[in-house]
Amino acid sequence: MSKIKTFVTLIVLTLVMAMNASSVMAAKNSLNLGMVLEPTHLDPTAGAAASIDEVVYANIFEGLTRIDKNGAVKPALAKSWTVSEDQKTYTFNLQKGVLFHDGASFEADDVVFSLNRARGENSVNAQKVLFKPIQSVESKDSHTVVVTLNQPTGGFLFNMGWGDAIIVDEASAGKNKSHPIGTGPFKFSKWVKGDRVVMVRNDAYWGTPAKLKMATIKIIPDPAAAVSAMMAGDIDGFANFPAPESLSQFKSDPRFKVVIGSTEGETILSTNNQRGPFKKLKVRQAVAHALDRKAIIDGAMFGYGTPIGTHFAPHHPAYVDLISTHPYDLAKAKQLLTEAGYPDGFKGVIKLPPPSYARRGGEIVASQLRKIGIDLEIIPVEWAQWLDQVFKKRDYDLTIVSHTEPMDIGIYARNDYYFAYDSPKFQALMQKLAATVDTDARYEILGDAQRLISAECVNGFMFQLAKHGVWNKNIRGLWENSPVQANDLTEVYWVD
Amino acid sequence: MRIFLVKRVFTLILTLLVATLVVFVVLEILPGDPAAVMLGVNAEAETLNALREEMGLNRPVWVRYTHWVASLLTGNLGISYTYDVPVSELILSRITVSFPLAILAMTLSTLIAIPLGIIAASNHNKPMDFLVMSFSQIGIAIPNFWFAMLLTIVFSVTFRLLPAGGFAGWDAGIIPVLKSFLLPTIALALPQAAILSRVTRSALLEVLKEDFIRTARAKGVTNQGTLWKHALRNALIPVVTIMGLQFSFLLAGTIIIENVFYLPGIGRLIFQAISQRDLIVVKNLVILLAGAVIMINFVVDLLYAVIDPRLRGGSDA
Repeated sequence: MSKIKTFVTLIVLTLVMAMNASSVMAAKNSLNLGMVLEPTHLDPTAGAAASIDEVVYANIFEGLTRIDKNGAVKPALAKSWTVSEDQKTYTFNLQKGVLFHDGASFEADDVVFSLNRARGENSVNAQKVLFKPIQSVESKDSHTVVVTLNQPTGGFLFNMGWGDAIIVDEASAGKNKSHPIGTGPFKFSKWVKGDRVVMVRNDAYWGTPAKLKMATIKIIPDPAAAVSAMMAGDIDGFANFPAPESLSQFKSDPRFKVVIGSTEGETILSTNNQRGPFKKLKVRQAVAHALDRKAIIDGAMFGYGTPIGTHFAPHHPAYVDLISTHPYDLAKAKQLLTEAGYPDGFKGVIKLPPPSYARRGGEIVASQLRKIGIDLEIIPVEWAQWLDQVFKKRDYDLTIVSHTEPMDIGIYARNDYYFAYDSPKFQALMQKLAATVDTDARYEILGDAQRLISAECVNGFMFQLAKHGVWNKNIRGLWENSPVQANDLTEVYWVD
Repeated sequence: MRIFLVKRVFTLILTLLVATLVVFVVLEILPGDPAAVMLGVNAEAETLNALREEMGLNRPVWVRYTHWVASLLTGNLGISYTYDVPVSELILSRITVSFPLAILAMTLSTLIAIPLGIIAASNHNKPMDFLVMSFSQIGIAIPNFWFAMLLTIVFSVTFRLLPAGGFAGWDAGIIPVLKSFLLPTIALALPQAAILSRVTRSALLEVLKEDFIRTARAKGVTNQGTLWKHALRNALIPVVTIMGLQFSFLLAGTIIIENVFYLPGIGRLIFQAISQRDLIVVKNLVILLAGAVIMINFVVDLLYAVIDPRLRGGSDA
């Protein structure tokens, strides 16, 4: 009997020690990062979901260029590049000795394949428009690629740093959705669907190796569960915490650090410029004057968010502060509405997609507009319905959406876009921008573009979505802001 | 019995066929284009069309329907739009979470409920009965998600004994798996046990009023003897019925608990698939669940016959 007892005790002790040992070891060089939305698959070249890029971009996959934490363009798989005099030919010198995770070597042909695939006829790339200016992609030798453009494109190098422009290997490209093979500092290890994606350090990485040995992205869709997971120590951090209302709880807990940063998400009251009263500039101006941005940020986002007066990220050097062009002024709003021919206001519809900024923000916007007589019917919709009704069929008056793509003011030049804003003047500005390469001149044009859409009140410009980072105070190297949709883990490490 | 079985199987197939039709039609009516959901707001029309072509969405409705029913027969269910893995593989990986969890919760619930029900019934109108019924009343009144959060706060956040959620994965070994299942099992089982104990009690009390019980007592069988030998078996029919319903619920209806404990189960998969318009996953899952419920009912019917020989009937029983 006593032998069995000793044996059992030994086993239990070993188990306990093994469990403790693994958890102590794990704290040093592995990271459990929480995420709200599970990526639908892991191939950024075949889907728009930000969650895909937030897992794989810069960690597993790399492009010719990369966007760093400040939004600047840095060399990646392209070691350096030269641009021709007419700004139409880019010659990329590629990194040598780079291996894909399956051992295949990275060469010029992979770049040719990736870019041609993205712009090809059967391309399912969600940002195909980024590759539109490309006329041809040719390999000059095994590590030199020449990209010829139809017209000078100022943002080309930035665009090549998007997750949608990553370089893949033809042999493994078809499998990237479930088993991504890239060149990045982390290798895909496994994906327990619905629960986590695990990456391990790529020891054959060509550049500075990652400091973490393992990174796990845990999927926790429910905000309350996210709080418990953080409190219980199951999760080391959230790059962007889903529930701003819980942030004060973390702020008062010495184990955590709360880092409020900025995203590329311009949160706007999108307006159908071709429908009903909203066709009239004066009505849109009245709406702009009736929006109390501070009340919206306080009420819907618990105070986190930066007011904007146009469709541009406030942290970008080309940003122009236009908030004061349409200050909160109910008397003026009412007067504009009367001048537009609606002294008693009118009825309209606001369709709200699921994110809390939209649902909570929508209620506040509706109550604010009611003060000047615009009576909005609130219709909550799912994303799929939103895409179908609002985005595709333009069956809406107003909606609230955060446009999270970086540098996306160009959407105002698309007259088939759901704002239904058709302005030859703005389109001309964007053409001029595309043909301009000098930074100062580009900022000048971007400033004009911001002023134009602000003056025309194309949409109600509300606020820049904040990034609510919460993580263990001993973690270093997580991004404070998100200039691209990514959780770049290459420089993350733990301190004692 | 054989004719009964053949009839049942025939009804089962017919029900499933009708179910496929209903599911297919409903999903056709559902607004939203899966391709648009996947590619988001910056996609262009030609890109969308390329993806729709790739996903086979451009084929006529009846071709897609027959193709689907055929695929159900072969078991080759197709590829998930969003995850890009075979649907069967996806569903299987979720069932390995939901099914053991449902079994564990059902077992725990039964182990608690039946004894409590018996105790309450045999102590009818005594303090013990009152105590058990108070527990049951509280159990019914407490929403399981709230109870689940309470469990997390106590055992994960305060005492740090168990993970707050997540699924360790079967390859991590049995102990981590049981650790991830423990709190969800309790959260699911207690409210079910509360209902089941009440059903057991009232079914027993009902039977205890019957004439044959009085006869048994008159013949000198003890109180306990009548309860265990005569009453319990007769009271089992409503209990088994409720257990069948509860098991169906536990298989499919645990989405809230799955969210609180962020478990990758069937409930969350179906919710996620609907919101992402992964229709191929939705329709196969719904059929699977419909099939499961029909099968559980079938098993419950068979159990009736086991419990009550009078229900067996037929010449070759």
